[in-house]
Amino acid sequence: MAGDLLVVEDLRVYFPLYRSLLERLLGRPYKIVRAVDGVSFTLGRREVLAVVGESGSGKTTLGKAILGLVKPVSGRILFDGVDLARAKGGEARRVRRRISAVFQDPYKSLDPLMPVGEQVAEPLLIHRMAGRSEARRMAMEMLEKVGLTPASEFYWRRPHQLSGGQRQRVAIARALITQPDLIVADEPVSMIDVSLRASILELLESARRELGVSVILITHDIATARVIADTVAVMYLGRIVEYGPIDAVVEDPRHPYTAALVTSTPSISRRRPPRFPVKGEIGDPANPPPGCRFHPRCPLALEECRRVEPPSASDSGRTYWCLNPLGPGGLWRGVEA
Amino acid sequence: MEGGLFSRLMGVVAGLVRGPGGLMTATGLAIITMFALVAIAAPWIAPYPPDVRPPGAGLLEPPSLRHPFGTNDLGYDVFSRIVWGARVVLKVVLLSSLMSMAVGVPLGLISGYYGGPLDRLLSMVMDSLYAFPGIIMAIAVASVLGPSTFNAAVALMVVYVPTYYRMTRARVLELKNEPFIEALQAMGAPGWVILVRHILPNAAPTILVVFGLASADAILTEAGLSFFGLVAVYPQPDWGLDLYYGKNYLLDGAWWLVFFPGASILLLALGFALLGEGLSERFRVRGGSYG
Repeated sequence: MAGDLLVVEDLRVYFPLYRSLLERLLGRPYKIVRAVDGVSFTLGRREVLAVVGESGSGKTTLGKAILGLVKPVSGRILFDGVDLARAKGGEARRVRRRISAVFQDPYKSLDPLMPVGEQVAEPLLIHRMAGRSEARRMAMEMLEKVGLTPASEFYWRRPHQLSGGQRQRVAIARALITQPDLIVADEPVSMIDVSLRASILELLESARRELGVSVILITHDIATARVIADTVAVMYLGRIVEYGPIDAVVEDPRHPYTAALVTSTPSISRRRPPRFPVKGEIGDPANPPPGCRFHPRCPLALEECRRVEPPSASDSGRTYWCLNPLGPGGLWRGVEA
Repeated sequence: MEGGLFSRLMGVVAGLVRGPGGLMTATGLAIITMFALVAIAAPWIAPYPPDVRPPGAGLLEPPSLRHPFGTNDLGYDVFSRIVWGARVVLKVVLLSSLMSMAVGVPLGLISGYYGGPLDRLLSMVMDSLYAFPGIIMAIAVASVLGPSTFNAAVALMVVYVPTYYRMTRARVLELKNEPFIEALQAMGAPGWVILVRHILPNAAPTILVVFGLASADAILTEAGLSFFGLVAVYPQPDWGLDLYYGKNYLLDGAWWLVFFPGASILLLALGFALLGEGLSERFRVRGGSYG
């Protein structure tokens, strides 16, 4: 689609594992961690995409690849038509300033020594979008906008003088000040006090509404994702296993892994589907199982799941990669462990 | 943001003196300040010229009210020589420490942040320099350059650059993996902005600690150099040189010729060492080659 902001095509990010000296002398081959192994999706303008999955599913690496912090081995990341993996020099910088990041740990994602206002102003100076005094004025405004008032007082505070929630507001202000088109938010609320999570998510939501940014929300918590996301991509061992509108996917998943994620989330409601049983923990991304990567843990696995990589299938707006999917309403029927 | 430079500096010092390691820092600073004042005010403090026999002064006079540290074999006042000698040692050590820092810190920053072949090459060069015993290398360099305070400072710089380099580089390697540096990279900040505006300030405590500890070591090495006549030429006042000439009279019972220069060297080195240790407690700097 021409209107798509971000198109990711068959993205692969591999990391070589460290070999000990002995292993090198013996000529053992490099082991490779396939953190992201063939991921494709598109993101429209003003769309909020949630990327969910367990630790080790590759969701953080996917975010880092989009931010340019890790280099993909193959595939394309087209941002407004420019391939981020190949853009260089001035073009790369021009595109880069339209993408911002919010990180998980608000205690570590800010420079401990620099006044927070200066850190909010810094992207403007780095991209030469404003002079020093103009940047300072804009940073003050942005601090007000994210609810850190009075801004003139917060501006000179150091991170250690702020609470976790306030720091994450600073991080969001820093992400918004360049008026980006895309924000990659990696677990932005998982280290925030529960009572403040909704207000942080609301900030991202209002950024989408008022500034028209798209958001990639990376989280392990599908309930958090549902608060603001339009679409969801469920990742398992470097691949997307199910992708579609978040309400449809959460309420009526096709992939057994999605079902497991959905039913493992504690719910405030009494009426909830039975827990979908999965065995063990996420597999080793350096050594993924053959066939469907989820088959060793899947209660619905068939014989052919061990051998055949599932092709994509579509059903009422969502796409999934599973040979033995749950039927409509299957979530509520449950399965025998 | 308010207040003059001086009051802000005093604020920083007050902050260092309180808290963990504050007593050591305060003692160290007091010792260093005392020697610095003595060096600056030498013409007014020293009762006699350091290299002229005062009228009426005997040779090898033991300490007395007229000559609190005694006189040497040529009748020069030892106290005056110590006072003037403080200038030499402080000049050499501070100059060499600043030069070592000016070379070692930027190299450590670049090497640690960018890594790659340059990092491996620099590490190899610095490690080979570091493998030499400091005093021997200093003597070698100073002998080639010839005796002067500036040449001695250069010789000491060569010895201590690897220390600044290694400690800075190690700190950069730690900081480089901090999420706030990653956040800056994600926003497309150029390397020099990250290094100068973010990594350097966060590495500053480590560099300060190294300054204290390496300077303490440098004082001892400088004393070694001047003992061998590689800093000053007799009869210029110089603590190490006085030790060298004084030792010849030790068997005659003239203990003051070696005791006072030796004690001065020790006390000044102790001052820098206390400063370094105090700061390292304050900033919780781990490791350290002189820890």
